[in-house]
Amino acid sequence: MNIFDVIGPVMIGPSSSHTAGAVRLGNVARSILGEPVLEASIGLHGSFAQTYQGHGSDLALVAGLLGWATDDARIPSSFDHAREAGLSVTFHKENLGELAHPNTVRFRLKGRQGGASVITGASIGGGRVLVTDVDDFPLEFTGDFATLLVMHHDRPGAITLVTGILSSQGINIAQMRVSRKQKGALALMVLETDQPVGDGTIRAISSLPQVEAVRRIQAM
Amino acid sequence: MTEKLSLQYWIAQAEEKNTTFANYCIQNQVEALELTAEEILERMESMLAVMREAVQTGLQGVRSVGGLVGGDASKLDEYLKSKPEKAIGGTVLSKAITMALAVGEANASMGRIVAAPTAGASGVLPSVLFTIAESYHLTDRELAKGLVVAGAIGMVIASRASLSGATGGCQAECGSAAAMAAGAAVDLCSGTPSQVGEAVAMVLKNMLGLVCDPVAGLVEVPCVKRNAGAAAQAIVAAEMALAGIKSAIPVDEVIDAMGNVGGSLPKSLRETALGGLAATPTGRAWSKKLFGHIEE
Repeated sequence: MNIFDVIGPVMIGPSSSHTAGAVRLGNVARSILGEPVLEASIGLHGSFAQTYQGHGSDLALVAGLLGWATDDARIPSSFDHAREAGLSVTFHKENLGELAHPNTVRFRLKGRQGGASVITGASIGGGRVLVTDVDDFPLEFTGDFATLLVMHHDRPGAITLVTGILSSQGINIAQMRVSRKQKGALALMVLETDQPVGDGTIRAISSLPQVEAVRRIQAM
Repeated sequence: MTEKLSLQYWIAQAEEKNTTFANYCIQNQVEALELTAEEILERMESMLAVMREAVQTGLQGVRSVGGLVGGDASKLDEYLKSKPEKAIGGTVLSKAITMALAVGEANASMGRIVAAPTAGASGVLPSVLFTIAESYHLTDRELAKGLVVAGAIGMVIASRASLSGATGGCQAECGSAAAMAAGAAVDLCSGTPSQVGEAVAMVLKNMLGLVCDPVAGLVEVPCVKRNAGAAAQAIVAAEMALAGIKSAIPVDEVIDAMGNVGGSLPKSLRETALGGLAATPTGRAWSKKLFGHIEE
């Protein structure tokens, strides 16, 4: 923690958890989809479901899906911009269970290029967020670091190849987690790195035969 | 988890090096952030610019998203301008509470603010800093140093207690903001590092136990007016500390007490909108009117 975690972020009010955090969740969801969003169905759980309109959480989530920052003065009018951009959004209340953080959101996204993704994350206070599920893979990352999601086939050597490419580019891994649904099937690597990951590196990882898809989330 | 920081240790270090608390904190952050002092202060100056705009936004008379607050900063501003002799707290206090309301209202109306430490408590620090800047003719560079002091105090509170209403009640938000503002004020008024610590201790003692009970769960009632109250508390504590008054309980222990009190608060008084003012008949009626349901 440093002084800029206390003094900041610069943001559109009224709530760091319900407004700034909502923008960041939208940002991360867009990055995970990996293309501009065409359709978004947004499920709101707990406190988000109860009070989202009064905090502008709905406007903030859409602003995040449009790729805006937490201090973008257009946030109060994000719905109009979404319409102009051809992004259709619907909201509903969704009970994600007792264990879910009170400020949890589930995005069901469809992209312009035909991609689709279901992303669940929570706004955990002070504008910080925690992504907890991507396409039924349970995981945890905050977006505080540059983050790579690598969907790969669960085979020996896949992890070494990916981390090898990163190390050859001088990129240090701060945290890493791997999860899979079943042995030998598709698995997901979450790599949080100290340095941003460039386009060339992403291409190199994408071209590995073991790798199905790569998504990059910029550090917030 | 987070390493437990000690304000007393930092203060002792600053006293030993015979430097101001601001200069000590800047040096400390230069090492931690791998930035130059110039870069840190420039970033803080850009925060000040946002804070100043937020004051102006609020003074124009805005209306909140939920419709529960707005227009009070401009009401107070006009009252004090038309009858300055009527300011029973003197011009310094009246200016501070006007600006605190203004930023609180700007925040509630989806204006741009600096979370310090949170959005809900974002009016306290700018109101105290800008009021002192007017009285003492301080430059933005000096105020930026005040923000570094405030940030350092907030870091210690975060590591030993909490800065979140959901965890520690309003004492953790408005209380922490007041502590940050009081410490910054003392440093800006040429107080010693020890006096910074005494101010932090005294303001937290005066705000100990304050609950977080937002009506309808919104950052409107009582949040906006609590910013004004917290600004006043910061000035009270800074004044006492600058006069050489000491807290009987050392500052780290006061912060720990604040953390313990926060943990002892029932969940209903930690931002859930289930207790306190939110649970009054009027509070519940607002919730029903706005969202068609009552928080159970």
